[in-house]
Amino acid sequence: MSMKLLKRRGGSPSPAPVNDNPAPGEGAFFRMERINKFYRMGEEQAHILKDIDLTLERGEYLSVLGPSGSGKSTLMNIIGCLDVANSGRYVLDGQEIDDLGEGELARIRSREIGFIFQNSQLLPRLTAQKNVELPLIYAGVPPRERRRRAREMLERVGLSDRMGHTPNQLSGGQQQRVAIARALVGNPTLLLADEPTGALDQKTGRQVMGLFRELNDEGRTIIMITHDMNIAKYARRVVHIIDGVLTEGGGTADA
Amino acid sequence: MLDSIRSTFIMLGECVKMSLANILGNRVRSFLTVLGILIGVAAVIALITTVNGFSGSLSSSFSAMGAGTLTVTVTGSDLKSGLSTDDLARLTELDIVDGVTPSVALSARVSRGGSYKTGISVSGKNGYYFSRNPDLLERGRVINFTDEDNMTQVCLISADMVEEFFYGVDPIGETLYIGSIPFLVVGLLDEAGSGSISDLMSGSPDILIPYTTALKLNNANVVTSFTVYLASGVDSETGSDALEAELDAMFSYEEDCFEIMNMSSIEDTMQNMLNMVSALLAGIASIALIVGGIGIMNMMLTTVTERTAEIGLKKALGAIPWQIQAQFLIESFLLSIIGGALGILLGLALSLVLSKVMGTGFAISTFAIVLGAGFSAAVGIIFGWAPARKASRLNPIDALRSA
Repeated sequence: MSMKLLKRRGGSPSPAPVNDNPAPGEGAFFRMERINKFYRMGEEQAHILKDIDLTLERGEYLSVLGPSGSGKSTLMNIIGCLDVANSGRYVLDGQEIDDLGEGELARIRSREIGFIFQNSQLLPRLTAQKNVELPLIYAGVPPRERRRRAREMLERVGLSDRMGHTPNQLSGGQQQRVAIARALVGNPTLLLADEPTGALDQKTGRQVMGLFRELNDEGRTIIMITHDMNIAKYARRVVHIIDGVLTEGGGTADA
Repeated sequence: MLDSIRSTFIMLGECVKMSLANILGNRVRSFLTVLGILIGVAAVIALITTVNGFSGSLSSSFSAMGAGTLTVTVTGSDLKSGLSTDDLARLTELDIVDGVTPSVALSARVSRGGSYKTGISVSGKNGYYFSRNPDLLERGRVINFTDEDNMTQVCLISADMVEEFFYGVDPIGETLYIGSIPFLVVGLLDEAGSGSISDLMSGSPDILIPYTTALKLNNANVVTSFTVYLASGVDSETGSDALEAELDAMFSYEEDCFEIMNMSSIEDTMQNMLNMVSALLAGIASIALIVGGIGIMNMMLTTVTERTAEIGLKKALGAIPWQIQAQFLIESFLLSIIGGALGILLGLALSLVLSKVMGTGFAISTFAIVLGAGFSAAVGIIFGWAPARKASRLNPIDALRSA
């Protein structure tokens, strides 16, 4: 898959500078180089992420496996453009993320990333459909098109009969599927899931993982953060993070 | 460019919807929050509308008293402390003058039989006064020119005096003592008919007597206060100038011997006083608006804290800081506009009741409504600013973690 052929979305604020001497993986869809993150905790400085290198091509399905305190949440925040690294380089879909301000990060999140959280994070007062429409509201999509796309996505995750329900009228699995529909509705280039089955029982968790696999088969790029080996193995590629150091874990299952 | 404006409007429209849902979803809390604004706006509206109505009826009563009168107060010079009867006659001769009514005021002890009352306001008038104010007489006869010339001891009395001294008796033909001098009651005054500006300022007198008689009671021979009725077609400026020239001559061109007040200058003075009073009261009432604003700010800060997770989520979903800020600002704006609207309604209702009670006119003042709406909108934006900014600056990671 060549980067040159990939559709670039219009109006991107800072196109990647052209590099005459491409390093390995220079044209990759997702690339992190020597990412470091520190947190100051009183007098001490905690080194959370240590020289993270990570490259993904479009269409990959990666899980980042690590115990709590390993730095995986911090890594997720940086991948999701909620936070920026102290040093290193991060390029997503041709855009340098490192030096962006808050507003530009928000725009990248809106265009490039679909978040799926552990506890679905739906707004309780809104119906399933309105929840799914939310990202489109901030992207300024007109109401008619917004409704159409939200319905489409809810159909895609098998909830066409639950569109008017509020979250408390839905089961945990259904809520998580609404959250997935919400993550997909903006047609992001990257699905970023943080413990997506953490709040679900095993059976429902397996269903959600099945849905992830389907989405990946359709060509979606997915990064899933988890501490659960059994969940991580659903991905086609697993990397381990321990004490802020990332190591390749090789492909898993049926690639 | 056009696209981004369009999407901004779409986003703002959604913010309005979400804010309304939040406000209506918490009806009791929202109502308590806007109560301060409501009371503040209602107070300001009621004050302005009532004062407007009052000044409206004031100016209509001024014009009812007839434009074309000038009131002269004489302080006098060393040589001449007031106007004699001859002087008044000379003024009456002037082309611009239709007639002159002196006012000789005194405060007296009034008695009849065993009962007496002190501090009764007695005013000396002439026959011309009654011919200009025919409504003054309820029954009996007025003071006429013969009474003036002969300094007769006759009087007209108000209903208060009738009640005080003539309970159950027809007063006409009876005798009333002003000081130690007997007066024959010849007529009764109609309360509603009160005539002159000086009466309006100092309250209607209870007893009217011939001014010549009043001068004698006062041991005086000059008049220091009188009203000039201008001939028809003479405007008060021209009349005032001509009168001033004549009076200047009478006082040998000494300065500061007299003051001529015309209707519009008195009305202006009173309107200015009213405006000052209403501005002062409105200023006090607007303190309630500030208190209301603080209430809204408090509520919005609480809301931001409560909805930290929601804010974090929206940021993760791509909301830009200003969009978050706009949403909370719209919410506080709507809250306080709703409070303002309710306040306007309450204020108008209050002033309608007040106008009925006080018997003044009631007119919906556009200015007051615009002021109330503008004030509450400004309060919403000013006091919503800080909470909205706080929301927009929340770190999405911390915000999400609080869920």
